[in-house]
Amino acid sequence: MMLSLAAVSAGYGSFRALFDVSLEVPAGEAVGVIGPNGAGKTTLMRVISGLIPLRGGALMLEGRSVGGLAAHRMVEQGIAHVPENRRLFPRLTVEDNLRIGAFIPQARRRYAQQLDQIYNLFPRLKERREQLAGTLSGGEQQMCAIGRALMSRPKLLLMDEPSAGLAPLVVAQVFDLVRRIRAEGLTVLIVEQNVQQVLEVVDRAYLLEVGTIKLTGTSAELKGNDLIRKAYMGL
Amino acid sequence: MDIYLLEAIINGLLLGGVLALLALGLNLIFGVIDVVWIAYADLVMCGMYVVYWLYAGLGWPLALACAVAIAGVAVLGILVHVLIIAPILGSAPINQLLATGGLLFFLQSFATLLFGTEFRNLGLRLPIIELGDIYVSSARLLAFAMALIGAVALYFFLRRTFIGTAIRAIAQDRDIVGLMGVDQRRIYLVTSAIGGALAGLAACLLALQYDVHPFIGNTFGPLIFMICVLGGLGDMIGGFIAAFIISQIISIGGYYSNTELSYVLAFTLFIVLMFVRPRGILVR
Amino acid sequence: MNARRFTVAGLLAILVAAPFLAPPYFLHLLIQILLWGFIYTAWSIMGRFGFVSLGHGAFVGVGAYVPALLWNYESVTPWIGIPLGVLLSVLLGLVIGYPCFRLKVVGHYFALVTLALGQVVMLSVVAARDITGGSLGFTPRAAGHSWYALQFPEKGYFYAIALALWLGGLAVWHLVDRGIGREALDAISEDEEAAAAVGIDVMREKLRVTVISAALTALGGAMLGHYLMYLNPETLSGIGVSLQIVFAAIIGGTYTMLGPTVGSWLTISLNEGLRVAFGTNFIGAANTIYGILLILAIIFMPRGIVGTLQSLGIRRPKPVPAE
Repeated sequence: MMLSLAAVSAGYGSFRALFDVSLEVPAGEAVGVIGPNGAGKTTLMRVISGLIPLRGGALMLEGRSVGGLAAHRMVEQGIAHVPENRRLFPRLTVEDNLRIGAFIPQARRRYAQQLDQIYNLFPRLKERREQLAGTLSGGEQQMCAIGRALMSRPKLLLMDEPSAGLAPLVVAQVFDLVRRIRAEGLTVLIVEQNVQQVLEVVDRAYLLEVGTIKLTGTSAELKGNDLIRKAYMGL
Repeated sequence: MDIYLLEAIINGLLLGGVLALLALGLNLIFGVIDVVWIAYADLVMCGMYVVYWLYAGLGWPLALACAVAIAGVAVLGILVHVLIIAPILGSAPINQLLATGGLLFFLQSFATLLFGTEFRNLGLRLPIIELGDIYVSSARLLAFAMALIGAVALYFFLRRTFIGTAIRAIAQDRDIVGLMGVDQRRIYLVTSAIGGALAGLAACLLALQYDVHPFIGNTFGPLIFMICVLGGLGDMIGGFIAAFIISQIISIGGYYSNTELSYVLAFTLFIVLMFVRPRGILVR
Repeated sequence: MNARRFTVAGLLAILVAAPFLAPPYFLHLLIQILLWGFIYTAWSIMGRFGFVSLGHGAFVGVGAYVPALLWNYESVTPWIGIPLGVLLSVLLGLVIGYPCFRLKVVGHYFALVTLALGQVVMLSVVAARDITGGSLGFTPRAAGHSWYALQFPEKGYFYAIALALWLGGLAVWHLVDRGIGREALDAISEDEEAAAAVGIDVMREKLRVTVISAALTALGGAMLGHYLMYLNPETLSGIGVSLQIVFAAIIGGTYTMLGPTVGSWLTISLNEGLRVAFGTNFIGAANTIYGILLILAIIFMPRGIVGTLQSLGIRRPKPVPAE
């Protein structure tokens, strides 16, 4: 089991966003978390990557307890988080953004090779390596953000709403990419609004509503689920 | 062109070098940590005293004294951050500014306590270089060269190294750098150390040319703030350019009238420019 | 209630009796506490609304030098000279304030612009050394005991003036605090656009407190010059003075009426006490401790500092009853 959450609670100040959330991400699989706006999906990502602290429950990575570790420690543990809205460093070049992705010692050592790999994966980024990240198109920014996360050579990749704000064609490209990353053996946890697309890519998914897990199942099961079909796929 | 005017321009250029170095340091700290060290010029003063004490007092070789001064002020920079800034990082920005103001008082009085108010000199008599009809102090020339070297070194550090890139990144998006494995606190410490080191380097360069006394910080401190705001607070390149503009104004102004008046001119120009371009003259 | 009235009455009684009972040295201190308290209070009229000026030394200097110069060179009585100094300070405040407020120069930028202003005044005085004596200072021409020249060798008269000014300053503070302007300014610092939408003339309110603050500070500076019979650009307009004003007001409490006065009392007593304790043997020891205390105060008095200083819209001041 790559990642497991057991009865995790978290929030901001006096506001609780997650209530006793339990989920599991087996190694090598792609798991999705779907749900409406404000359900707590981003909060979930931030708890896992260490940006906000755990208020209760346990967070385990490969059997080790990692709850309570700060974000930069989590990266060393092998978790990489592609944040909502990409959050590239706008006035750094594409290559600088990628470079900073490789900040941790184990990634720094293999910086040159890693950079090559990412450029192979994203030839367009290589073309624009000296361009300021803030001037890239939406799709290119997403590529850069994903590439930046991959530079740390993670075991688990967290993706927060990768399709947000992107044109449909670009969205398809992004999810293609997710398939390719998965094929390389990386474990992926995706939080998504675009239920249709994400269910095509993941093995299983969780439905998060108002901070609790309402449903879980394989993507096939969920695709056939009435509630999901009506509420989230418009069918 | 009048030879003295040319001399003034050259001297302005040379003066600008050290000012630019200090502007870089102050902008670095502001850009990354979002705090203005009001006492920055007084850190320089401390460095100058270290050089004075080691070289003129204990007879150490000048280069060694300078190296120790640079390291010393770098450590001082870290202490400033750990003891004064870090505890109040969360509170109103004006508090941090004022806390460093309290540091200004402390440093100036402590220096008075240790060394008294007399002006101290390194006792160096570096030769005056003759270029045609122009006389240039070699101390000033050396200071300019070292300042440029320092600036270039800083540039490459920020551009090419991992930590340097992290420093630039954190200035653009503080919250997200953790996701890349960057420890925010560590970067703040490194930045404070670099800011201190730059002040230490400036201290060595100034010690070559000027006497040191506890309140020397008051003579160029406000000037540095003005330069930084003029170039855009946090904008390293803007501050660098603004330093040379201001130093030219002062130098040429000093040629046409007395020194203080040229300062008044510079400051007044600053206030005026603030209203024409509040975000700095190089708005980008 | 009764205990409070009693202490207030008691304090007032002491203040009134002081010139008759206290030895000259204490009277000397008291006069400075009152005059500086007056100046700190004037600063806080701006500072409490988030306009943290690091250049009030400019107003102190202008307020002091204008009447003194006019007196020495043109024999113009301070009764005319002082209002002129006040007027000039007000103009200075407007010239800086108007563009600042219009262009939303706030926070760090505002602080540094005002700092530059203080420097301009100080350097101008030094630059015009032929007229002002520069860094060596300036001494108003002595005229003995004279109402015309507003000079009184006996401290009692100055004490009365200082007391009157100080009380006047408190009254102005109170008026600003209770006036509709205060609510307007609170609203402005909370959300400027909303305030403007409601019809509050943002610019006018901001300029009003600036004018009041500058005028009172200049008045205090003028009195200081006349009392000490010595003016110096560094001690009136230097960066140290401007910072001192801010610190004393903050430590005492920028939100309360008596806060700045308490700050004045604290700082002057502290300085004197340390000076007496350490004597002239350790020049600088007093201020060293003062500096440390200031840093500690800012770090460890979060309620006192953060609560009393608005960070421009992030925090709302809680209305504090005037004491």
